[in-house]
Amino acid sequence: MNVLRAAWWIARKDLIVEARSRELAYTTLFFAVSCVLVFAFAYIQDGRSLDFGPAEPVANSVMPISVTDAAAGILWVAVAFSGTLALGRAFERERQSETLRALLLAPTERAAIYIGKLASMLVLMFGVELVLVPIIGLFFDAPVGRAPLLLAGLLVAGTVGFAAVGTLFAAMLIRAQSRDVLLPVLLYPITVPVIIAGVRGTAAIFGAEPNLEAATAWMSMLVFFDAVFVTLALWTFAPVMSE
Amino acid sequence: MGRSHRAATPRVGLISVSASSLIDFTQVELAEVSRHYGRRRALARTSLTFRAGEIVGLFGPNGAGKSTMLSVIATMVRPTSGTVTYGGATAKSLGDPLRGRIGVLGHDLFLYGDLTARENLEFFGRLYSVDRLGERVEAALAAARLTERANDRVSAFSRGLRQRLALERALLHSPRLVLLDEPFTGLDDESTALLTARLRQLRDSGAIVLMATHDFENADDLIDRMICLRDGRVREVPDARGNLRVRYRQAMAEAWS
Repeated sequence: MNVLRAAWWIARKDLIVEARSRELAYTTLFFAVSCVLVFAFAYIQDGRSLDFGPAEPVANSVMPISVTDAAAGILWVAVAFSGTLALGRAFERERQSETLRALLLAPTERAAIYIGKLASMLVLMFGVELVLVPIIGLFFDAPVGRAPLLLAGLLVAGTVGFAAVGTLFAAMLIRAQSRDVLLPVLLYPITVPVIIAGVRGTAAIFGAEPNLEAATAWMSMLVFFDAVFVTLALWTFAPVMSE
Repeated sequence: MGRSHRAATPRVGLISVSASSLIDFTQVELAEVSRHYGRRRALARTSLTFRAGEIVGLFGPNGAGKSTMLSVIATMVRPTSGTVTYGGATAKSLGDPLRGRIGVLGHDLFLYGDLTARENLEFFGRLYSVDRLGERVEAALAAARLTERANDRVSAFSRGLRQRLALERALLHSPRLVLLDEPFTGLDDESTALLTARLRQLRDSGAIVLMATHDFENADDLIDRMICLRDGRVREVPDARGNLRVRYRQAMAEAWS
């Protein structure tokens, strides 16, 4: 059977299950919005965003920090943390009634399971980002409409890289007792380059002096990371799931 | 024990199942198969042959190695040593399509609780590239006597209903080799009769049926061959008359006393 077709059926099944239970959508969204709100309490006073710069550089700091710079970091922190929550549950449902065994018994390449799971995770994470971006714009005065396509490109490329590694690790840890603890421990060090590129690229758009060329360069780097991570994950998924 | 039926020319299912039909086999052979989990021996140098058109009962105490044997034959677990061949070819040489000729009903039922009965069957039917899927799904629902509850979520089903649906899910793609782990669990009399009839039907169609069970009463009139396991070691019990449970106890006492 065509791998992509099988992956589509698996992703479709996951999305139908999610649409009915809404378990992941609600928890992930709630967590992501809570995360942004916590930062908002620190950065908003008397209904206005606090401005930490750039007029007075902080002693011993490399560069002054502005609220819009922080907004880029906050956006990616919320994406990464809520994404980890979702990824941790990506294969959890397949543990119930051991349906993962049924998927592994099907006459399809194991890669189809990985691609299907990754696709359904991406849909969920993109949905959360659709809500997050306007909230970031609202609370932190971030110019989210300045280069919308570039911002969308950065978020898509960054999310693909993050979820590609996360889906693989979630599959690897499905039999581990302390998988909820182990997933972030394994995931964050590997995906640090993705998060950094995402934050720098987004900050280049949000900054007082936008640098769209730099943002494009960061996006290209994210696409490179995506290619590397997805290739490695496809290569290692079948052996990981063989027993 | 049930009649021994050997189909000379085994018949594949009534409706073809596309590419996976290309792989056909009339016997499965285990040669010196061992499987260890760390220091624990789940299967020890087991050699057995299963032929088309027979139902083989696997009996033994808990932890004897029955489920491990089914997992090894289902290609889910690699043997530590020895080989399993399907019509003379190994799982590695046959590749992914081999799994399209194997149907597994596990102790866990491999069903999605948030999907309806019909959606579960359609999902797995698509993964197995079953031809004329709609027709096959309706037939499967009818065979499980779940047509009226086809659009109900599986999470609302009793264990017996789920067991019936899980059996049809395992058989949807007309497998040549059917592996059943405790298939009678949670079934009422009517469902048990249905399952028994379905397994006989499979045997008559030339499938190889392996069934791990503790249910001697239901297996007594059904199986063609009895195999006992204990501590990963196998003993084949010769065909004979008499109560299955009594013969099992005798075999266990003789072999492992």
